Amino acid sequence: MSETRTIEVDYLARVEGEGAMYVRTEGDRVEEVKLSIFEAPRFFEGFLRGRDFREAPDITARICGICPIAYQMGASLAMEDLCGITVDGVLQDLRRLAYCGEWIESHALHVFMLHLPDFLGYPDAVTAAKDHPDMVRNGLRIKKIGNSILRLLGGREIHPVNLRVGGFYRAPSPDAVAGLREDLSWGLEASCEVADFLATLDYPNLERDYEFVSLVHPDEYPITHGRLGSSSGLDAAIRDYDDIFTEEHVAHSNALHSHRSDSGEPVFMGPLARFALNRDRLTPRAAELAERAGLGAACRNPFRSIQVRMIEIVLAFEEALRLVDGYRAAPAEPALPFTPRAGTGFGATEAPRGICYHRYSIDDAGLITDAKIVPPTSVNQPTIEADLRELVQNNLDLPDDELRHHCEVAIRNYDPCISCATHFLDLTVDRK
Amino acid sequence: MSREKPTLAVFKFASCDGCQLSLLDCEDELLAVTNRIRIAHFPEATRTRIDGPWDLTLVEGSITTPQAAEEIREIRRASKFLVTIGACATTGGIQALRNFADIEEFTRQVYAHPEYIETLATSDAISQHVPVDFELRGCPIDKYQLLEVISAFLYGRRPQVSSASVCEECKRAGQVCVMVAHGTPCLGPVTHAGCGALCPGCNRGCYGCFGPKETPNAPGLSGQLETLGMDRATRVRFYRTFNTGADAFREESERQESGAAPPEESGNRP
Repeated sequence: MSETRTIEVDYLARVEGEGAMYVRTEGDRVEEVKLSIFEAPRFFEGFLRGRDFREAPDITARICGICPIAYQMGASLAMEDLCGITVDGVLQDLRRLAYCGEWIESHALHVFMLHLPDFLGYPDAVTAAKDHPDMVRNGLRIKKIGNSILRLLGGREIHPVNLRVGGFYRAPSPDAVAGLREDLSWGLEASCEVADFLATLDYPNLERDYEFVSLVHPDEYPITHGRLGSSSGLDAAIRDYDDIFTEEHVAHSNALHSHRSDSGEPVFMGPLARFALNRDRLTPRAAELAERAGLGAACRNPFRSIQVRMIEIVLAFEEALRLVDGYRAAPAEPALPFTPRAGTGFGATEAPRGICYHRYSIDDAGLITDAKIVPPTSVNQPTIEADLRELVQNNLDLPDDELRHHCEVAIRNYDPCISCATHFLDLTVDRK
Repeated sequence: MSREKPTLAVFKFASCDGCQLSLLDCEDELLAVTNRIRIAHFPEATRTRIDGPWDLTLVEGSITTPQAAEEIREIRRASKFLVTIGACATTGGIQALRNFADIEEFTRQVYAHPEYIETLATSDAISQHVPVDFELRGCPIDKYQLLEVISAFLYGRRPQVSSASVCEECKRAGQVCVMVAHGTPCLGPVTHAGCGALCPGCNRGCYGCFGPKETPNAPGLSGQLETLGMDRATRVRFYRTFNTGADAFREESERQESGAAPPEESGNRP
């Protein structure tokens, strides 16, 4: 008779939001793996209906306190699509700069406070600081510099108030932007050192044949815009998203599971996907570090995502410095003018955890009639479960405690944002 | 020595994580804070979990499920001093927009499988379920106000958090009034201070993310909004955002919706 084991974590630590994990094995087979998300749903798509289209950026920001820019910008892009305008030039540069701030802040939170303690062997960053004070202090300072970009361009770090459909409410003065330079230069050097340090750590072996999906752009590492691309050759416009991916409501999760409509297979979004599909467009220092770390053309070990995230921090610092140096004069107007027209608009950006997709329909009065938002954690859920399945299968000889810890770290590989994932539930159900 | 440190617990209900993140956003102060207070329960930051009772408990998020309603009672029993952090915990948050809808119908519309979902009809402030010792406002809270609450707790004094309006902060910052000078609708006259009048500083009207100030004259402000040309449906929405469950904002939005006359004493000035 085969032995039944269950490995459970009833409340995942060091992830954003409320989730649990359940694994059941029978003898030498993994029978069931569930990443369950019990965070209470908040019905965002429900109450967006009937709101003015210009309200969407501020309302959807409240989906996530860690990556509000992803929502403000995704919603703005969708509304600009509806109005037939494209934000470019200096305003687009300021948007990319703000988004670099969010990447630095969010990635640094994950690298230093949520993920690194696993590899250094501590329950949290504060405890790790006793033995690694410089690492934690520098990590906090890197995070703070990301936040200082958001504070300058957005007014505050969490739920910034200065971003809007068409651009900004008020453009920052060139002097104030130039004032970021010194900290950014320090942050770049400090981040490069950490990236080299991370290359010296041992990581568990797990390599899977993921289908990586990210935005791709011919000229730049994708942050604020691009087309949908994948490691299997997908090349599509953002407006085709709903044809390519399908969301499904499963019993054990308050967040929808997402997969490819044609194959039914899960996909992988986030830093590893961006890296694999946009390797040629890394900034110089980031490319050099990736080379030195031996990450190759693509990295398929999710435990090494911490290295790629750190390389993206380096990239964000390099980009921020370039954009700061290029900002010589405030734009004549802080936002483009626009007029709404009834229809459906689409927008997507690369949130720190992967593609964050928005779709809105509005009526003649500019009121929202339908909304759909898909955050990357929702897409990654089935992939995380598949990782856990393989990880447990390969490590059945480990005692429960060790295996449980392995699984927790494997979940944290994705920096899952459960708050994001839960707040999006499909509203395409017929209202009749 | 560490045993003598007071303990801190952080809990989350329906919310975006932003307010508890504010503690981790205290990049310059975090390590100093943890020298004085022991983090006993803060799942977002640590795997360590120490059972209650806790000396200081911070609660983020609103109560939206039967399980949460039960859990907050247990947390209250295990907490000596309980502080709500942010609009969700203090007034029900943006998700309190559900309070104006038929939740059963709403759930059916939103979910493919409504039977998987357990939810309350309303999104409630923590104080609707248990006594609260102090409420910190904002969507999100201001991290310096959070540090003030923690410091005040450590020194056994009342937190010094202004209960004035955003208008007063705006004047003190020397900013031009966006409503008077540009005709931009602004909730500043009726909104609780704490953000530093950020929105007027960015040339936009306040959208009330810190909730109503003490004794606000919302009907008076509504009259001004009407004078500026804001239609009734927009006025209703104006009060219904991140603190829609706060009495003063809810009542005024309902009054606008029904078209009732302002109460007599309100006058025409906020």
